Amino acid sequence: MSASRLVKEFSKGLWREIPPFRLVLGLCPALAVTTTAENGLGMGISATFVLVCSNGLISLLRKVIPNEVRVACYIVIIATFVVCVEMITKAYFFELSESLGLFIPLIVVNCIILGRAEAFAKKNGVLLSRADGLGMGLGFTLALTGLGAIREFFGAGTLGLVFGEQVFFDQPFAFLQQAPGAFVALGLLLGLMNLVGGSRGR
Amino acid sequence: MNHTMELVIGAIFINNILLAKFLGNCPFLGVSKKMETAVGMAGAVVFVLTLAGMITWLVEHYLLAPFGIEYIRTMAFILIIATLVQFVELFLRKSIPALYQALGIFLPLITTNCAVLGVAIINIQEGYDLFDAIVFSAASAAGFGLALVLFAGIRERFETIRVPKQIEGTGIGLVTAGLLALSFFAFKGMI
Repeated sequence: MSASRLVKEFSKGLWREIPPFRLVLGLCPALAVTTTAENGLGMGISATFVLVCSNGLISLLRKVIPNEVRVACYIVIIATFVVCVEMITKAYFFELSESLGLFIPLIVVNCIILGRAEAFAKKNGVLLSRADGLGMGLGFTLALTGLGAIREFFGAGTLGLVFGEQVFFDQPFAFLQQAPGAFVALGLLLGLMNLVGGSRGR
Repeated sequence: MNHTMELVIGAIFINNILLAKFLGNCPFLGVSKKMETAVGMAGAVVFVLTLAGMITWLVEHYLLAPFGIEYIRTMAFILIIATLVQFVELFLRKSIPALYQALGIFLPLITTNCAVLGVAIINIQEGYDLFDAIVFSAASAAGFGLALVLFAGIRERFETIRVPKQIEGTGIGLVTAGLLALSFFAFKGMI
């Protein structure tokens, strides 16, 4: 296994197959928690942690897990790490766990994580799988933070992650903070990415 | 009775699980390209979600709470849902083949539909009793079905119109979903 392969598997998650834009998976958290950049970042990091751990363990056990019951095994492994994240955020990042709420346990059914287990970790070595998980996770974090920043900046007029309490607009475009705004913002951002990236994603 | 009506209308129209709570968006965009698949998925979700809501409530109150092991709730619930989906699949294949034919391929997908796990957890967090939990699960599933079928109806029309290439498929789907969500906002005055 060469270092270039490792870099390749890591970097594909950052642009070429960045979820949830190129790989249209994990939309629910992407829409629900991105009212602020901070929440997006928190959600992204939680998902990345689970993704790296579960990809590594599944890859380690790929020769032990029988093929017929593999999905059930994957779900148990993923659920274990999600429970860890749930407890860690409750203990050390209480505010974050309050604002993400339901969506922390719901990382279990985030299609990206099960999708990477099925598409990558069951066929590849531990190190490669971890690189893939880290790349995908960081891409997801980037996307969520970006979307959160756009929705927060234009929808509420603040950007708490960078500027603290500072307010930029008196009358922000509050539509973006609401549920419909989430759909529209994500859809338009997807179009923008396709415009910049040239080729269309699947 | 009034309370039950409020729960039903709230879950279907005002806090629609797809459009206001953002649960179950992957199947929402995945299976909404054709009307038949949307109806099939909606039927399967109504069936499984109601059952799962009831069973997870019972497990929480008679198994997890007495032993003080609520912290494994996430893991327990997802396992119950996965098993339940398998059981429902086997049961339908044996006893109601016609329904199995219609719902068949959608059943395995439901395990990873976050609407199911989401509603099960909301039932516990809101402290509903068993009856309320069943009503809320069924109503949420109905709301899911309604939004999915409506959305599929709109999306079928994209076949005949020209959409800018960059925004084709998922992009325009998301924007449309946003407008549908906006129209559901009008129900806010109902309660």
